[in-house]
Amino acid sequence: MIEIKNIQKTFGERTILSGISGKFLPGDTSLIIGGSGTGKSVLLKCMIGLIKPEEGQVLYDGRDFLTGDEDTQKAIRREMGVLFQGGALFDSKTVLENVRFPLDMLTNMPTSEKMERAQFCLQRVGLENAADRMPSEISGGMKKRVGIARAIVMNPKYLFCDEPNSGLDPLTSIKIDELIREITDEFKITTVVITHDMNSMMEIGEKIMFLYQGKKMWEGTSSTITQSNVAELNEFIYANKLLRDTKA
Amino acid sequence: MGVYSKLVLDECIQIGINSVFIVSIVSTFIGAVTCVQTAYNLVSPLVPLTIIAVIVRDSTILELAPTITCVVLSGKVGSNIAGGLGTMRITEQIDALEVMGINSSSYLVLPKVLASMITFPMLVILAGFLSIYGGYIAGTAADIITPEDYISGLRSDFKPFSITFALIKSVVFAFLISTISSFKGYYTAGGALEVGQASTAAVTNSCIAVLAADFLLAQLLL
Repeated sequence: MIEIKNIQKTFGERTILSGISGKFLPGDTSLIIGGSGTGKSVLLKCMIGLIKPEEGQVLYDGRDFLTGDEDTQKAIRREMGVLFQGGALFDSKTVLENVRFPLDMLTNMPTSEKMERAQFCLQRVGLENAADRMPSEISGGMKKRVGIARAIVMNPKYLFCDEPNSGLDPLTSIKIDELIREITDEFKITTVVITHDMNSMMEIGEKIMFLYQGKKMWEGTSSTITQSNVAELNEFIYANKLLRDTKA
Repeated sequence: MGVYSKLVLDECIQIGINSVFIVSIVSTFIGAVTCVQTAYNLVSPLVPLTIIAVIVRDSTILELAPTITCVVLSGKVGSNIAGGLGTMRITEQIDALEVMGINSSSYLVLPKVLASMITFPMLVILAGFLSIYGGYIAGTAADIITPEDYISGLRSDFKPFSITFALIKSVVFAFLISTISSFKGYYTAGGALEVGQASTAAVTNSCIAVLAADFLLAQLLL
């Protein structure tokens, strides 16, 4: 389980996150939603240690990630998998080398075992035939899938996805959502997804946290989100014409 | 082979081997031009022609091979390092390394610095040879000097410390170019425009640092 307590972050005079708390349970796909500039990505970066918040705690199964010693932080990082917005694949490495990279750097596994594990992960995301291609030779959707394969290659306990559907067509988006949900269920991972995609919200959002101007405005599930009385949340959800028409 | 040794080797190819062509072209022509211009300025019949080779040799070893080669490399290698690291920064590849628990500066910057410090002296030696050879070709082809006079000039009053001085300069310049360019690239923030600006700043700052260090080393060591 991941627990965040009272996360506060400011950039200069501007408050980005103001007292965000929440729990993300194993086997659940939890969504952090909100409009652009509401602090979603900053919260994610605080959770994975790329940004240090001024106040607050991030607990991974009770272990404090922000103030823990180096060994604790290292151990937690090894249990983390992150899918970045653009995939963040290493340009100079092939798809297979990208997936194998964490194994090469962080484990002493024999080469054959590393290859087997990397190929299994590529197979799991349906890209076993693209193993020898370079990141520049594959599509945006494939990059995201390679990013997922790399994120799960170390058997993570916690999976973070930063806007996994951005820049993808609706069909590819659905495939990526399904893949994230399947992997979460299969490996009983604690998954946290940052998104503003309404389809994702309805498809995979078992638990949803809504951020508005750096504050947590609402928390619930995809089945209760449409019954909320929070004006900012309703404005966000029904900005989509299709949903507005459905509601009407 | 360890991960870091392989990275250093890859960078040696990227930084060193891939720069051989430009270094060869630049140094050969610089040697040729030095020979022709020196001959043009030597109008007195009292000055022996062998002095042309002496001047080509000394100016090549002391200044042209290490400094001009490193200024050229600060353009080629410096922009490559800054552009590469800047792109990695804005496409979150450096963040990906950090999240995995890998020390990104040690993984990305250290091999570049080491590879530069290994390959730059080799490139400077190559540049020295080619520059002197360029002078020989130009001098003999244009009937400025005979091959015998040129070789005799090269051998006269040679100070071996010049070689040591050139190599010390190449190592210092390599360190300056690789660290300045890495710093500019690693701390890029923004988008493609900022990557371009980082590359330009890397080249400009490296050139200034090389020229300033050139003066300081000359004052200290000669």
